[in-house]
Amino acid sequence: MILHAIFFYLFAGVCVASAVMVIAARNPVHSVLFLILAFVNAAGLFVLMGAEFLAMILIVVYVGAVAVLFLFVVMMLDVDFVELRQGFLNYLPIGAVVGAALLAELLIVVGAWAIGPGVAKAITAPIPAAGEVSNTQALGLVLYTRYVYFFEAAGVILLVAMIGAIVLTLHHKPDVKRQNIAAQLARRRSTAIEVVKVKSGQGLP
Amino acid sequence: MTIGLGHYLTVAAILFTLGIFGIFLNRKNVIIILMSIELILLAVNINLVAFSAFLGDIVGQVYALIVLTVAAAEAAIGLAILVAYFRNRGSIAVEDVNLMKG
Repeated sequence: MILHAIFFYLFAGVCVASAVMVIAARNPVHSVLFLILAFVNAAGLFVLMGAEFLAMILIVVYVGAVAVLFLFVVMMLDVDFVELRQGFLNYLPIGAVVGAALLAELLIVVGAWAIGPGVAKAITAPIPAAGEVSNTQALGLVLYTRYVYFFEAAGVILLVAMIGAIVLTLHHKPDVKRQNIAAQLARRRSTAIEVVKVKSGQGLP
Repeated sequence: MTIGLGHYLTVAAILFTLGIFGIFLNRKNVIIILMSIELILLAVNINLVAFSAFLGDIVGQVYALIVLTVAAAEAAIGLAILVAYFRNRGSIAVEDVNLMKG
């Protein structure tokens, strides 16, 4: 139990500290790298809670895809980030007020919560005991049966996101000659050459 | 010393607040704003998984999976819009995004 506490405070502390650095770092590349650190530590928190599958998904999806996407965009766009930093502290007071109010409210809620008596009876799909079924299998048993429509909706969302991202970023330059494979394949002898009888002594009109 | 539900909820609350604070702090830089949104969604996920683990109900993890999907889609679309906007305007400053203003 002491090990659990040690790792909790380690993961939670690094996670919160790197989240602070995400919003405070001067260089956006550093922000992205701290975002990756925050996600890895959040994955550690997930493992502590027994959600191993989600922890691995968090690492694969976020660190492997989303954070690298951010990194690509930050490095691809030729933006003067120093200029964007100007007026950095203009909104600090109102942001601090809103943030402090929100944190106070959330901590009041967290400090005073109590689980209702009916909750234990209302559990939809109980987590199997440790050692019986792995977390991944338990999640799959629920996800592919009772929540299969949610799963398919998630797939549709990803498809729409993929198509949308391609449509938004794809652009054809109008003055570039491109290969038209259909036109090339449709080419026959009759359309390619023309045999003309030329009388001697006369040119073509 | 026992780590309970409240500890995880506190971490999630702090992360959520940092995300909101980051949106206020980096009013000009859309990329940092998108990263702040990712932090907010991460806090939501920690909440869902914490309740799932401590109530013994695996449905919370299913919802966390859906939130993860939506967050990934949102990041992809947001960055695509950002790239398209940068290509048209040569800037990603939020103050310049007022073309629709009458």
